[in-house]
Amino acid sequence: MPFTLPPLPYAMDALEPHMSKRTLEFHYGKHHQAYLDNMNKQIAGSELEAKTLEGVVLSSWNNGSPTPVFNNAAQVWNHTFFWENMKPNGGGAPSGKLADAINASFGSLDEFKAQFKNAGATQFGSGWAWLVADKAGKLTVEKTPNAVTPLVEGKTPILTMDVWEHAYYLDVQNRRPDYMNTFVEKLIDWEAVAKRFEAATA
Amino acid sequence: MASGRVINLARFLGRAAEPAAAAQSSALQYSTVGGVAAYKLPDLPYDHSALEPVISGEIMELHHKKHHAAYVTNLNKALEEYADAESNKDLQKMISLQSAINFNGGGHINHDIFWTNLCPEKDAAPPSGELLAAIEAKWGSLDKFTATFSAKTAAVQGSGWGWLGLNKETKALEIATCANQDPLAAKGLVPLLGIDVWEHAYYLQYKNVRPDYLKAIWKVVNWENVAQRYKAAKA
Repeated sequence: MPFTLPPLPYAMDALEPHMSKRTLEFHYGKHHQAYLDNMNKQIAGSELEAKTLEGVVLSSWNNGSPTPVFNNAAQVWNHTFFWENMKPNGGGAPSGKLADAINASFGSLDEFKAQFKNAGATQFGSGWAWLVADKAGKLTVEKTPNAVTPLVEGKTPILTMDVWEHAYYLDVQNRRPDYMNTFVEKLIDWEAVAKRFEAATA
Repeated sequence: MASGRVINLARFLGRAAEPAAAAQSSALQYSTVGGVAAYKLPDLPYDHSALEPVISGEIMELHHKKHHAAYVTNLNKALEEYADAESNKDLQKMISLQSAINFNGGGHINHDIFWTNLCPEKDAAPPSGELLAAIEAKWGSLDKFTATFSAKTAAVQGSGWGWLGLNKETKALEIATCANQDPLAAKGLVPLLGIDVWEHAYYLQYKNVRPDYLKAIWKVVNWENVAQRYKAAKA
């Protein structure tokens, strides 16, 4: 059975003015869709078809010597995760256990934001910035190149920000720092992140 | 405050790369302003709109005046910090600056070559003479070369470049791809023609359809410049 894309959790224009409808039309409708279509073509008729998407990602990672399937499978996974951690009228601040964990791990929410944006800024080339939780609730900021995801190290991401140029170029062109500020201040769905934190530390 | 020495980028690109890289990076312009050596953003050999409709003026302006300019600014900043760290014998700091120097230095080298590899469509002519003969000998025809180059370059994962280079040892032409801003010299090849496939090079116009950009860009390749580089590399 070929995989299908989950629908966006919101309308294409729902994240305006922070992320344009035009960006989502291309980012979801073309980039994400193409990763899915290409992955399906690559795995058709193979035992990978019977796995979960995570299973395909881990299997194609092939212990650090990724097969051609990995780039597509991981990007399918990464982008679905990305949409799910944004919402209209997002931003603000986390609360409860997640807020406590952020303070414990980074000192303050501001310090977390600075480190997270620094990860995005210093991921030269294409890639992702991540917030990762371990079972004990310790949080760390990580960055990965291209399609790589903390999943392949057995880690549990709870938040991600796409820093491939296609994520922001139509909206802010070269100004990646502006995109990252907007993402952090206006787009993060902290409730979704909190739910993932809960699941990670259960 | 920096010592004012000019740091040759070739130092940072690996021993194997040194002859090719030194030749390359010594061609970059730098100036000393107030005693501090600084690399300079070169002017384009043509107006920003000169490559239309193949590459829009909007893309060329952003690409040259924002992206390339940022590589130069950040390179100079990293080199200044490196010079300070070196004079303070702060080895940890020197090591931590390497990736910024490699990335921004590579970005400067690559784009410096790229602008000269392109020209307005009306001025572009196909390769001839020795260069054409070498291309035909290796790939059968110019069309087969461009198709192979485009296919390999389209397949670059994430950001990077497609290159036609000269293997200094074998004197043979080779197609190679590099990730991010990794300089071709690090692969022991002299860069002759580079095509940037970072999304910023084409996104505003071609969006996700990188193959369309790669098909179109051949119309504005300055083969005369490639031939000059070929001649110099073989010497």
